[in-house]
Amino acid sequence: MGDSSTSKIKLYSFYRSSCACRVRIALNLKGIDYEYKAVNLFQGEQFSPDFLKLNPLGYVPVLVDGETTLADSFAILMYLEEKYPQYPLLPEDPNKRAINYQAANIVCSSIQPFQNLAVLKYIDENVGSGESIHWALTHINKGFAALEKLLAKYAGKYATGDEVFLADLFLAPQIQGSITRFNIDMTSYPLLLRVYKAYEELSAFQDAMPEKQPDAPKDIKVVS
Amino acid sequence: MVMKLYSHYMSSCTFRVRIALRLKGLDHEYIAVDMINGEHLTDEFLKLNPLGMVPALVDGDIIIADSFAILMYLEEKYPEHPLLPNDFQKRALNYQAANIVSSNIQPLQNPRIQASRKFSMYIGKISSPDEMLPWTQHHICRGFAALEKLLANCAGKYATGDEVSLADCFIAPQVDAASKRFKIDMNDYPLLSRLYKAYVELPAFKDAMPENQPDSPAVGI
Repeated sequence: MGDSSTSKIKLYSFYRSSCACRVRIALNLKGIDYEYKAVNLFQGEQFSPDFLKLNPLGYVPVLVDGETTLADSFAILMYLEEKYPQYPLLPEDPNKRAINYQAANIVCSSIQPFQNLAVLKYIDENVGSGESIHWALTHINKGFAALEKLLAKYAGKYATGDEVFLADLFLAPQIQGSITRFNIDMTSYPLLLRVYKAYEELSAFQDAMPEKQPDAPKDIKVVS
Repeated sequence: MVMKLYSHYMSSCTFRVRIALRLKGLDHEYIAVDMINGEHLTDEFLKLNPLGMVPALVDGDIIIADSFAILMYLEEKYPEHPLLPNDFQKRALNYQAANIVSSNIQPLQNPRIQASRKFSMYIGKISSPDEMLPWTQHHICRGFAALEKLLANCAGKYATGDEVSLADCFIAPQVDAASKRFKIDMNDYPLLSRLYKAYVELPAFKDAMPENQPDSPAVGI
């Protein structure tokens, strides 16, 4: 047992981090066992010297796989896809792959950067307490409207067809967080809501959600 | 049929794609999107990218937006002059460096975000528009400091070795913008400065620079 624990993948994560949630889903889908290393972002643990050695930007997730240490959820997902090809996260068709990359990047470059803790804190401190919610919703709504249009031609049971692919791993945590943290009105996004309901039936997704993580507080809000 | 690249000369995201197309020797037609006059918000353009941003690539029947998605598509469809090495770890480093730029730096310096009423409502409240610069510089400096550490053990002539790769396609435009537009003192970032000096020797980079695009005022069209 000692040997398997030293070679087990470690995932540095925070229960509420949507970026970490993407990786948690991927590890579950690919059936990869991992050790959950909680980093308490509310208490600033991401700024400890030990953690900054793992990721100088001070963000979760970070994945440690033997001698490989890797930060950034997109990079981690591509690494997992390339090294552990079981349960592929990308389709064969080049156009569908491109749509998955595009949807993933709408989330990770055009929505999520505007709602991470550091940015929200800046807005609340410099503009006014609570202003960060309006700020976050502006960017979420813009991104969700774009995703509704982009995926209209491709969605099936899930975002880009009838199988789960990379785009779904980015959408699920983003939608979950937008509902629980920012009270977004999803009625304008019927496609996203429909695929989100489909994710609720998948244990790989549900086991990755914030409320199921070892560091989740007991009174955490869940999507009802 | 030749690929079409929808571009704006100043867009650092499009700059990434312009470099990659040249590295791979891929012919393309440059279609300037007049963002000053709102062409990116027309129904016609929104069909190409519902987010209303450049770049967008049209390759036959295939339409793709987002620079990262376009670069991955080009890499997979046109594998000659590969942008990614074979080694897992080096590939991962490339993805990581690219995302530091595309998720942690560039979105927060995007002039469209800064110019938008919403942004200035949130940031301009605390200062004059000129003082948006510290916000931008803060994010650039954090990202650059992270890149210096990330690449310290793997950089060669270029970011992750002696061949130009995906990471360079992201880093080059970012350093170009940081030094020319956002007044970053590149002396604080010796590795990135050294890489930039190597980039300016590359035709693929030079020809892709903002000032050399058909819609640049410098070119006088």
